[in-house]
Amino acid sequence: MNFSEIDAGPVWLSLQLAGATVILLLIAGTPLAWWLAHTRSRWRTCTEALVALPLVLPPTVLGFYLLIAFGPHGWLGGPVKAVTGSALSFTFWGLVLASTLYSLPFVVQPLQNAFETVGRAPLEAAWTLGASRWDAFFTVASPMALRGYVTAAVLGFAHTLGEFGVVLMVGGNIPGQTKVVSIDIYDRVETLDFASAHWLSAGLLLFSFVVLVFVYTVNRRLPIRI
Amino acid sequence: MKKIFCFAALFWIAFVPEIHAGEFNLAVAANFLEPARRLVSQFESQSESQSKKEFPHRVKIISGSTGKLYAQTIHGAPFDVLLAADSRRPRLLEERGDAVAGSRFTYALGRLALWSADPDRIAGDGRAALTSGKFDRLALANPKTAPYGLAAEQTMEALGLSEALGDKLVRGESVAQAFHFVATENAELGFVALSQVLTYKEKGSHWEVPASLHDPIAQDAVLLKRGKDNLAAKEFLKFLRSAAAKKIIRELGYELPKR
Repeated sequence: MNFSEIDAGPVWLSLQLAGATVILLLIAGTPLAWWLAHTRSRWRTCTEALVALPLVLPPTVLGFYLLIAFGPHGWLGGPVKAVTGSALSFTFWGLVLASTLYSLPFVVQPLQNAFETVGRAPLEAAWTLGASRWDAFFTVASPMALRGYVTAAVLGFAHTLGEFGVVLMVGGNIPGQTKVVSIDIYDRVETLDFASAHWLSAGLLLFSFVVLVFVYTVNRRLPIRI
Repeated sequence: MKKIFCFAALFWIAFVPEIHAGEFNLAVAANFLEPARRLVSQFESQSESQSKKEFPHRVKIISGSTGKLYAQTIHGAPFDVLLAADSRRPRLLEERGDAVAGSRFTYALGRLALWSADPDRIAGDGRAALTSGKFDRLALANPKTAPYGLAAEQTMEALGLSEALGDKLVRGESVAQAFHFVATENAELGFVALSQVLTYKEKGSHWEVPASLHDPIAQDAVLLKRGKDNLAAKEFLKFLRSAAAKKIIRELGYELPKR
């Protein structure tokens, strides 16, 4: 078995993609999950359904729409091209945006559950003790929702790492830009380089298993304390 | 008891397929999908009228990149005939014993085209469009897996443009994907199969890449081990060499080998 044939580039790129996606998702997902956990708005159900869509849709549906939206004449790609000089399809940041949509439920749902578990009581207690809303969120609610954050981050990261269909459709297989590890494995299977495909696949398999064991352990052991 | 009979009857209607004289699975390289569809419909209606049988031949088409179809075949995919986009994979199948020895022949010579969805982008000689620099993305099929991708790479090399175009390239997993990257205008230009351009009904402009700029794209057909005793499969391969089939193949942007 020859390790030198395995290019670390796609692995590293996948890690960068997953990292960027998770950071974006935690930032954007927190207010969304918070709103979903506390609102009584009639839009709540619709929003929840929208967030969950990537769980049930085939990646090809998302990939197809993104391909149309991301191009130089697309409604997203056009304005981006006017500002940055290049459209979103076949770029790293295009993939980050695609992954953000694709992994959205994996981050928002655990956060929402965590915020719902924390409930309003501790917040109301904090408010009556004089804490501002922001203060209450950062010192009471978010530490209590730590489990949710750990689960959300790990699942979002792992799910992005495992992304394939969407990337295949809007990526264009450019080394160092959009050729992530799942695409690399696909290429190697297609070119009958089964040895490298085995190593990369086994690596992903092991990594995903460890990640899930970690999530389940955290969910059992992590104390909820302030 | 009655109920059981009812269920059995329903089961029969729902799950037992139509009976045909001959039915086989045809694996087709992505670039040849549209021609294959037309050939198959001709073949089916021909078998219907010739035999005057109640049960004409039926063909199921499976399409994908040649590399994927090859990998699936050696792992036991239920294909009877393979129409590949190259001659290497069919030869390998023959050598491995996954295809019937001596059944391999070149059914078409592929032609490469430079294509754009913009009707004004390519005027006459496509070299001008390639060297204009007025585009961000040039799509091609993955040269490692797809013969049309390899031919595209060789063409750029022959034109001395490999270096200049290197960072504009986007690779589709098959020539079909390279084509839809251009059709959706995500890439302004693309190297695709001439056949795709000719069967596509929307506007655009193209340049037929001279065959001298790349190695010939010899597309081979082969009878697979599973189809060894399948009469319909064998008849289809015979049909593929007939004048009627050759006419369709030529019309759709392929050449035929000189014997």
